[in-house]
Amino acid sequence: MNETVSQTRTGDYLVRARDLNVAFVSREATVNAVNGIDLDLAFGEVLCILGESGSGKSVTLRALMRLNPKGKTVMSGELSVAGHDMMALPDSMLTSVRGREVSMIFQEPMTALDPVFTIGRQIGETIVRHEGISRREAEQRALDLLELVQIPSAKRRLSAYPHELSGGLRQRAMIAMAISCRPKLLLADEPTTALDATVQIQILLLLRRLQQELGMGVIFVTHDLGVAGEIADRIAVMYAGRMVEQASVTDFITRPLHPYAQGLMGATVHSGMRGHRLTTIPGSPPDLRLPISGCAFAARCPHVVNACRAALPPFRHPEPGRAVRCVRFEEAA
Amino acid sequence: MANELNQLPDRGGPAQPLLIVNGLTKHFPVGSLLSGGKQLVRAVDGLSLTVAKQETLGIVGESGCGKSTASRLIMSLIEPTAGEVIFDGEVVGSRGGLPLKDYRRQVQMVFQDSYASLNPRLTIEESIAYGPKVHGIPHAKAVERANDLLEAVGLIPAQFARRFPHELSGGQRQRVNIARALALHPRMLILDEPVSALDKSVEAQVLNLLLDLKAQFGLTYLFISHDLNVVEHVADRVLVMYLGRVAEIGPVADIFGAPAHPYTTALLASRPSMDPRRRRTEPPLKGDPPNPINPPSGCRFRTRCSLARALCAAETPALSSSDSQHAVACHAATPGSGYAQSERMVA
Repeated sequence: MNETVSQTRTGDYLVRARDLNVAFVSREATVNAVNGIDLDLAFGEVLCILGESGSGKSVTLRALMRLNPKGKTVMSGELSVAGHDMMALPDSMLTSVRGREVSMIFQEPMTALDPVFTIGRQIGETIVRHEGISRREAEQRALDLLELVQIPSAKRRLSAYPHELSGGLRQRAMIAMAISCRPKLLLADEPTTALDATVQIQILLLLRRLQQELGMGVIFVTHDLGVAGEIADRIAVMYAGRMVEQASVTDFITRPLHPYAQGLMGATVHSGMRGHRLTTIPGSPPDLRLPISGCAFAARCPHVVNACRAALPPFRHPEPGRAVRCVRFEEAA
Repeated sequence: MANELNQLPDRGGPAQPLLIVNGLTKHFPVGSLLSGGKQLVRAVDGLSLTVAKQETLGIVGESGCGKSTASRLIMSLIEPTAGEVIFDGEVVGSRGGLPLKDYRRQVQMVFQDSYASLNPRLTIEESIAYGPKVHGIPHAKAVERANDLLEAVGLIPAQFARRFPHELSGGQRQRVNIARALALHPRMLILDEPVSALDKSVEAQVLNLLLDLKAQFGLTYLFISHDLNVVEHVADRVLVMYLGRVAEIGPVADIFGAPAHPYTTALLASRPSMDPRRRRTEPPLKGDPPNPINPPSGCRFRTRCSLARALCAAETPALSSSDSQHAVACHAATPGSGYAQSERMVA
C-alpha cells in the first residue's frame, strides 16, 4: 500500500479506503465502475472528487455509505468510515450509522425530499430516530437547524412542503436535515449543480461555514473546477473508475500534473479566452464493461508511449502531498 | 419543386438587422378552477431586441427569467400574448409578411436535451434528412445532404449514419442536433443551452464546432445560456434578463468589463473564482429570484438589490442608454431618473 499520498493508522482518519472496487452486475454485462481506489480523509478535511459523467465519482461516494443498489453491486477492498468497517457492517447496523455519523446531500433536492411530509417533520424524523427525543423537542431542534442554514422566516417554513420552497431553500432544508445529528462526515453529490449562479455561491459559502463551525469532514463530488476551487482543501481527480491525481487545491489549480487533468483545465472556459480556440480532449472515455489494461486515458492522451498501454502506471509522488498516476508526468508538465 | 435547397438570399442588406423583436410578451395563465384561474405567470414582459447579420447575441439569466420562453416565442413555437418578430425586414407569420414555413427554413433551433430532441425510432441519418424531405427534397438527395452534414459536424457518416440516438454519447447526439438544424440551410440558429448538459471536455469540442460552422456558413446565432463564461466566449453582444424583462444589453466587453446594472454585477461576481486564494466570504446576492407569478412592482430586481430606493418600487425603469450600443434598465444607473432624490429603502 505504498500508493497513497500519506500513510497513518486507521484511527487518525475519518475515511480510509484501500483498493476499493465497485462493480454493477447484470445479466448482460458487468460494469466496473470503481477500480481500485485508495482514499484517505482526515477529520475536518474537505476533499473534492472531480470527474466527468461515468468517471465513478458518485458511485464512490455512495459506496462510502453502502447506498449502491443491493443485489446488483459487488464491492471489494477495505473501507473504513468513522471507525466502522463498512465492508463487514451488518445491514441492521447501517441505519444507525447513516444520518448520525455520515449523511449525504444530493443534486436534486426535490427528488431527495419526501413530497408528502413537511420540512419540519422530515428533519425531526431523523433526530427522533437517532436520539430518541420527543417529536416536540425534535420540532424545536428543526427550527434551530433552519435558522442555522439561514432560511428566512424559519418558523413558517417548518410547516411548508418541499414544493412550496424555491430550489435554494429546498437545498438549504436538505442540508439542515443532513447536519441534524452533527455527523462527522458529510457527503455531497453535486449539491449546487441544479442551482442558479447567484444561489450556487450562497450554498457553497453556507457549506463552507457549516463545515468549519461543526468541524465535519466533507467529500464533495463535482464536475466543476470552479466549484472545487471555491470549497476544497484537497482535490482528487477520477477517470474511468480510477483515481489519477491527488493534490492540495492550490497546487492543483496552479499546475495540474496528469494529462487528463490538464486537458480538463484547458477545456474549461474561463474569463478572457475570447477569440482563442478551446483546447479539447479528443475521443471519449472508455467503455467500463470491457477490461482496461494499462492507463485508461492512454487512447486520448497526447503524451502516450507503449509503457502506458502495457501496465497500469503506479502512483508517483513528485512533491509531498501530491500523487499522480502517470509515467510521463514530467514530460507532460 | 427544386431538388436542392440553398440558403435564401439576403434581402435587406447588411444594415437591416436579421432579427428584430418588438415588445414580445407571454403571460401564461396558472391556477386551478378552485383558485379562480386568474393568476398569470409573466414569463416574458415586453422583450425587444435586434440581432445584426452574422452576429452572436448571447442571452443570460437565471432559471425563470424567461430566456427559454423568449427563444420559443422567437421561433414561433408558442403564440405570444403581444409583440412581433421581424425577420430580415418582414413580419413573421402575419398576412403579407413572411409565412411560417419559410421563416422556419431560415431559423432553426438546438435544444439543451440532446436525447429528448431526437426521435428515438429514426436513425440519425433519417432524422437529419427529415426536414429537407418536408421541404420537397427527394429522399436520395436528402440522405446525401445528411451525410455531408454529419461530416461537417465531425461524425464519420459510414460509422454513424445508421445508428439510433441511444447508441451515441451526449456530445455526439448534440452534434447530430446541430447537423439537423443546418439541414435546411438556415441563416440563423437559436441555441438554447446547447452545451449545458455536456461534460467540460465535450463542451469545448461543441463550442469550437459552433464557432467553425458560424464562419463556414455565415450564420447568425442567438445563444442562450446560464453560463457566463461560455457566453463571454461566444457572444458579440449580451442581453441580461431578469424575471421576464431586459436588465441590460450591450457589447460583450461592456457587459463583462463595465456592467451597469446591479444584477449584472452580482451575476458576474457569483462565478466561482477558480482561485482558492481569492475565496469570497459574502455572497453577492441573498435569496432566490422571486416567483414570476407576482413579480415585485417597479423594478423587478429591487427585492434583492442593495441600491433599491423608494423610486424603484414606484416606477419601472425604462431601458435607457448612454450610447447606442449599451443600454440598462436601472434608475440608479440613469442620470435624471430622480433616483438621487429618492428615499432610501429601510431593509
